[in-house]
Amino acid sequence: MTRTRRLLVDPIRCDAHGLCAELLPEMVQLDDWGYPIVSDQAVPAHLLGHARRAVAACPTLALLFAEAEVAQPARSRR
Amino acid sequence: MSPTSHYLPRLLATVGRPDLAAHLQQWGPRPAGGPGLIHELGRARLGGRGGAGFPATRKWSSVAERRGSVVVVNATEGEPASNKDKTLLLHAPHLILDGAAMAAEAVGASEVIVCIDEHASTAWRATGHALAERARHRQDRVPVRMEVAPAGYVTGEESALIGWINGAAPLPTFASRPWEQGVDGRPTLVHNPETLAHVALIGRFGADWFASVGGAAHPGSALVTISGDVRHPSVHEVALGTRLTDLIGPAGPSEPVQGVLIGGYAGTWLDAAAVAAATVDPEGLAPAGASLGCGVIVVVGPQSCGLRAVAAIASWLAGQSAGQCGPCARGLPTVADAVGRLVGPNAPPRWNAQIDRWLWMIEGRGACHHPDGAVRMIRSGIQAFQGEVDHHRHAGDCHRPAPPLALPRSSEVMV
Repeated sequence: MTRTRRLLVDPIRCDAHGLCAELLPEMVQLDDWGYPIVSDQAVPAHLLGHARRAVAACPTLALLFAEAEVAQPARSRR
Repeated sequence: MSPTSHYLPRLLATVGRPDLAAHLQQWGPRPAGGPGLIHELGRARLGGRGGAGFPATRKWSSVAERRGSVVVVNATEGEPASNKDKTLLLHAPHLILDGAAMAAEAVGASEVIVCIDEHASTAWRATGHALAERARHRQDRVPVRMEVAPAGYVTGEESALIGWINGAAPLPTFASRPWEQGVDGRPTLVHNPETLAHVALIGRFGADWFASVGGAAHPGSALVTISGDVRHPSVHEVALGTRLTDLIGPAGPSEPVQGVLIGGYAGTWLDAAAVAAATVDPEGLAPAGASLGCGVIVVVGPQSCGLRAVAAIASWLAGQSAGQCGPCARGLPTVADAVGRLVGPNAPPRWNAQIDRWLWMIEGRGACHHPDGAVRMIRSGIQAFQGEVDHHRHAGDCHRPAPPLALPRSSEVMV
């Protein structure tokens, strides 16, 4: 098992400022009303810095890190 | 009902005799709740009857692991097409209160709170009367109180109701875990009244008795509210696994049935072929992507327009958004308006695809499941009534109304 981090939006706090989509376009898209659709995949290591900045920049503290225990993918399945 | 009826007299065996004496005469005294009852609910495979169908035994086990818990009976029934909980409160309040008392004893709760919609005055009067009877005859070891909750579809959402009990506005919260932290921050077991009424009988007669009707995988019975284009809008109890056509037949549907909404306003539309094929249990409804939910069944007959019903309910659901989450508050009105344009003759080209895209954007993006229910109803409705969509587009509005979507007053609903 390895610890990974995912991003999560608290939809009640989110006010569609859109900074997350500017700072982390690799993982965040905006819907037709300006609210973020966040990838449910683990944040890849090379994007962790950008993800941290996006979380810190959210004016309503709606973008969150969720810790998740994820089973390491088996290397030699077949 | 007729002798060939598929309806059961279990939960509704005391219709017209809601008093404690009739209840005790019918069912005998209630046993105490304990760990054995939690096990028995697991054997009975009892699922929650408020809509989500979550296994009762798992909820109970989570709460029983923790100390100082509370039991909440969620009898708000804000679903406009559902009347089964109010019917149960009127005709068998002691069955619900027995179930709540046994639940409280089994999980070690120190309080039971019964929440009823402020507009359901006959139901809360009946419940108040039943509580007074129980106090006089010392039926409950754990104290029970009734709260008259503000009306509103979303008020009945678990976290919204708990928030309101705690003194906040009745609005859903994000990532709530009531079995850990609910009323006053205490572990809280929230159940629909019908679920607790089943508990009262399973506690008395056991899981094998419960399973003497219904299917092997999903035994037992359920309450349903049948409305729409039927001669007798009514509440009934049926064995799980009953054919949907047998279930709606005695209510007098307008034939040929064009479609059926099952599970509530946030449920799933079945077209005529799916109605003919369906049985009322998880297996029998899975091919249509449906579930019995809170037991709502709305029939669309030939005199009505199913598409217009989809548009009307979509618009109503959009109006019920708590307004907290953008994709719900902004998205549902957008998509409800878009479905309304399908009813008129001038829907833009590729409009179905545009609606699909918005539905995809809305789904799964609220703090609660209100937007997801609306998405399910709209998506299945457009699919079930695709013929109507084409007709409206090419030949113009059919000018048939939506079926009756509001229920008669509770006192007029036949059992």
